[in-house]
Amino acid sequence: MSPLKLKKGASSHSAYDLKTPFSDTVERHTLAVIVENEPGVLARVIGLFAGRGYNIESLTVAEIDHTGHLSRITIVTSGTPQIIQQIKSQLGRIITVHSVNDLTVEGPSVERELALLKVTGKGDQRIEAIRLADIFRASVVDSTLESFVFEITGTPEKIDAFADLMRPLGLQEVARTGVAALSRGPDAHV
Amino acid sequence: MTKAMTGAKMVVQALVDQGVEVVFGYPGGAVLPIYDEIFQQNQIKHVLVRHEQGAVHAAEGYARSTGKVGVALVTSGPGATNAVTGLTDALLDSIPILVLTGQVPTFMIGTDAFQEADTIGITRACTKHNWLVKETDKLGQTLHEAFHVATSGRPGPVLIDIPKDVQFATGKYAQKTQMETHYQPQVKGDLDAIKELALAMATAKRPVFYTGGGVVNSGTAASQLLRELVEATNFPITSTLMGLGAYPASGENWLGMLGMHGLYEANMAMHDCDLMINIGARFDDRITGRLDAFSPKSKKAHIDIDASSINKVIHVDIPILGDVAHVLEDLLKVWKANGRKTDKEGLSKWWDQINEWKKVDCLSFKQEGKIIKPQYALQRLEALTKKYDRYITTEVGQHQMWAAQYLGFEDPNRWMTSGGLGTMGYGHPASIGVQMAHPDALVINIAGEASWLMNMQELGTSMQYRLNTKQFILNNERLGMVRQWQELLHGERYSSSWSESLPDFVKLAEAFGAKGIQCHDPDALDDAIMEMITYDGPVLFDCLVEKHENCFPMIPSGKPHNEMLLGDADTKGAIKAGGAVLV
Ligand SMILES: Cc1cc2nc3c(=O)[nH]c(=O)nc-3n(C[C@H](O)[C@H](O)[C@H](O)COP(=O)(O)OP(=O)(O)OC[C@H]3O[C@@H](n4cnc5c(N)ncnc54)[C@H](O)[C@@H]3O)c2cc1C
Ligand SMILES: Cc1ncc(C[n+]2csc(CCOP(=O)(O)OP(=O)(O)O)c2C)c(N)n1
Repeated sequence: MSPLKLKKGASSHSAYDLKTPFSDTVERHTLAVIVENEPGVLARVIGLFAGRGYNIESLTVAEIDHTGHLSRITIVTSGTPQIIQQIKSQLGRIITVHSVNDLTVEGPSVERELALLKVTGKGDQRIEAIRLADIFRASVVDSTLESFVFEITGTPEKIDAFADLMRPLGLQEVARTGVAALSRGPDAHV
Repeated sequence: MTKAMTGAKMVVQALVDQGVEVVFGYPGGAVLPIYDEIFQQNQIKHVLVRHEQGAVHAAEGYARSTGKVGVALVTSGPGATNAVTGLTDALLDSIPILVLTGQVPTFMIGTDAFQEADTIGITRACTKHNWLVKETDKLGQTLHEAFHVATSGRPGPVLIDIPKDVQFATGKYAQKTQMETHYQPQVKGDLDAIKELALAMATAKRPVFYTGGGVVNSGTAASQLLRELVEATNFPITSTLMGLGAYPASGENWLGMLGMHGLYEANMAMHDCDLMINIGARFDDRITGRLDAFSPKSKKAHIDIDASSINKVIHVDIPILGDVAHVLEDLLKVWKANGRKTDKEGLSKWWDQINEWKKVDCLSFKQEGKIIKPQYALQRLEALTKKYDRYITTEVGQHQMWAAQYLGFEDPNRWMTSGGLGTMGYGHPASIGVQMAHPDALVINIAGEASWLMNMQELGTSMQYRLNTKQFILNNERLGMVRQWQELLHGERYSSSWSESLPDFVKLAEAFGAKGIQCHDPDALDDAIMEMITYDGPVLFDCLVEKHENCFPMIPSGKPHNEMLLGDADTKGAIKAGGAVLV
C-alpha cells in the first residue's frame, strides 16, 4: 500500500525513484486500485480526484472478487512525478483501498479498452467501413441496410485511430469502456 | 461471544468496551433510542452542549488533552451539518474523534424525509472515514473498527451514521476482540533510511530538529524519546504550533516556535541549517513561506506516518515512513551504536550563530502607560499560572499567536489550538472538553472577543456541569488578525474588521451565573488574574488591551524565512547583523 516502497526486484521501470521528483514533465500513469466493494467507494476515489484537482483520463470499475467483496478500479491519470506520487499516497490513505499499483512503473503491462461504434452509410462508404474494420480486427455486432455497430478491442490509441478513420465514413456514436490493465508476467496484485 | 441487543444498546456497550467515559452531545428525533439507553446506565457521562459544533470541539479538546478518542453524539440533519466544522478541524489537525449521527430510518433514506441529510456524502471529505450502518448486526463491528481507524496511523475524525430503525432493531453484538480490519499502517521505519539519517547527523555542522504535531499524536513515549535525542545530540530544536510541549520550553536547546509568527532564531536556523530533521510535521505553508527559498542549503529528512505528507510540497532527501516513537527509538539505537558522533566543532559554531540571533530578542515589547499590552497580559498570565496543573486552549487570531509565543509548555497535550483550519469558536468548547477530562486542572481558554462570541453559548454548559473553565479574553474590540493584514497589505482600509456592539462581558457572565471580571489597568492585572484563578467556578475575564497592537515577528506570505518583519525599531542594528532582514 505504501507508494514509497517500490516492489523488490521491479524492472528497470522502477528507476522512477531516481528521477527528479519535482520535475515539470507531465507523465501518464495507469493505476490499478483494489478496493473494498462497499457503497460509496467510487465516490471516495472520485471525490479525492475532484477535491485535490487531479486529472482523470479514464476510469473503469467492476467487482473482481465477489466473495472477498473486492473491486478493481483502473485509473489513467496524468501529472508531474510529484503529483503522481501524491495521487498514489492519497489513494493509499482511503481506508477502503486495499492496494494501489502503478502499472506504469512496476514493470511492463497490457492495456486494453473496448469500444462500440455506430457507423451509417451506403454504397462505397459502407464497403470501405467494413474493409477498415477488418484491418483493425473489429467485428460487426449489429447491422441494418444502412448501419453497422462495430466492436473493437485494443489500446486506447488503436481505438482513437479507428474512430478517426470511421468519422468521414459516417460515424454516429461511440461508447468506450475505458482502460482495463494488468501487469505482464506471473505476479498478481490483489 | 456475540450477544443479542438493540442497536442503541450496542452503541453504549461499544463505548463502554472502548473505555469511553464521556460523550458530548445534543439529542434529537433520530438519536432518541440512544439517548434512552444513555439515560438507563451510569458508566458513561453525557455532557449536553448548547450547539453541536461545541460537542465536536469539546470532543477534540478531550482527545488532544488525553490522547484518547473524543466522542460526540448528534441527531440527523441539522445536528449532523452543525458537526461539519468540527470534523474538518479534527481532520486538518489529526485529532482522533468519533462522531455518531442519527439518520432517518433506512426505508426513508432518499425520500427527503424530515431532518434527512446525506450525512455520509457531506462528511466524506471531512472525515478520515465514515460509515452508514444499515444492519444492526454490523453495528458492533463498525463501532470497534471506527475506534481503530481513528487512532491508527495518522489519527483523525471518523463518523458513523445510524438510521433510527437500526437503533431500535435487535442484532448480534460483535465484541471488541472480534473486530476485523485490513487497516494496519506501518509503524516501524525503514532501517536503511534510519541509518542514513544517523550518518547525516554525525557529520552535520548546522543541524536543526523541526518537530510537529505528529510527536504529540505519537504519544508521550515519543516526546520522551525526542527529549533524549535532543539532549544526546545537543542539536537545536524548534516546533510548529501543533507540536508545542513535546520538547519543554524550558529546555536548553529550545528555539521557540517557527513559522509565520515564529521566533527569529527558529526561522533563521531553519533557513541556514545544513541538516533539517522533520519529525511529525507537514511543511505547512505557515512554515515554509516562499517554497523556492525555503531552507535552500539543507539536506532534509522527514519522519512521518502518512506517505502523503512526504514530498508533498518540499522535496526530502531522507524520507522515513513510520510512527515517531518507533522511528526515534531505532534512530537512537543506531546513533548510539555508531558511537554517538556529532561534529562538536561545527555545532559549537552553529550555537554561537544561534545565540547571536537570540540577541535580537524578537519578542521584546514595552509595557508603558495605562493601557495593557496583550503581550504583557500573557506574560503575566504565564508567570501567575505556570506552577499550576495547567491546560491552555485558544481561539483563532492574534491572541492565539501571542499565546504560542509568550506561554511556555513543558509537556505535550497541554496546548489545544486550531492550527490547520484556524476555526474561530474552537477554544471555548475545547476548554470544556479538556476540563471534563481533567476536572481539577486549571483550564484557560485564551480568546479574542470576536472568536469567543462564536461559541459563547457554551458558558451554559460550563455552568451546568460545574466546569471551572477560565475564559481569558484579550479584548481589542477588533478582528485583530484581519485588521493587521489590512493594515499591512490593504492600505489600512479596515473593512469590517472591528467588533461593534459588544456585550458587557461581565454582565453576560453574570447572566449565565458565572463570574465576570474586567480589567483595563496594568497595575491591577495581577490581582485580577489571581482572582480568576482562585474563583471556584467558570470565569469570563474581559481583559481590555491595546487596540492596534500588531503580532510580530511575521513572515509576510510569499516571503522567505530570512525576510521576517520584526516590527520593532529597537532591533534595527541587530537585524543588519543577521542578514537581509526587512523591518
Ligand atoms: C492564524 C494562524 C497562524 C498560524 N501561524 C503559524 C506559525 O507561525 N507557525 C506554525 O508552526 N504554525 C502556525 N499555524 C498553524 C499552521 O496552520 C499548521 O496547523 C501547523 O503549522 C501544522 O503543524 P504540523 O506541521 O506540526 O502538522 P500537524 O497538522 O500537527 O500534522 C502532523 C503531521 O505528523 C504526522 N503524524 C501524525 N501522527 C504521527 C505519528 N504517530 N508518527 C509520525 N507522524 C505522524 C501527520 O501525518 C502530519 O504530517 C497558524 C495557524 C493559524 C490559525
Ligand atoms: C470561523 C472563522 N471565520 C473567519 C476567520 C478569519 N479570521 C481569522 S482571525 C480573525 C479575527 C479574530 O478576531 P479575535 O477573535 O477578536 O482575535 P484577535 O485577532 O483580535 O486576537 C478572523 C475573522 C476564521 N479564522 N474563522
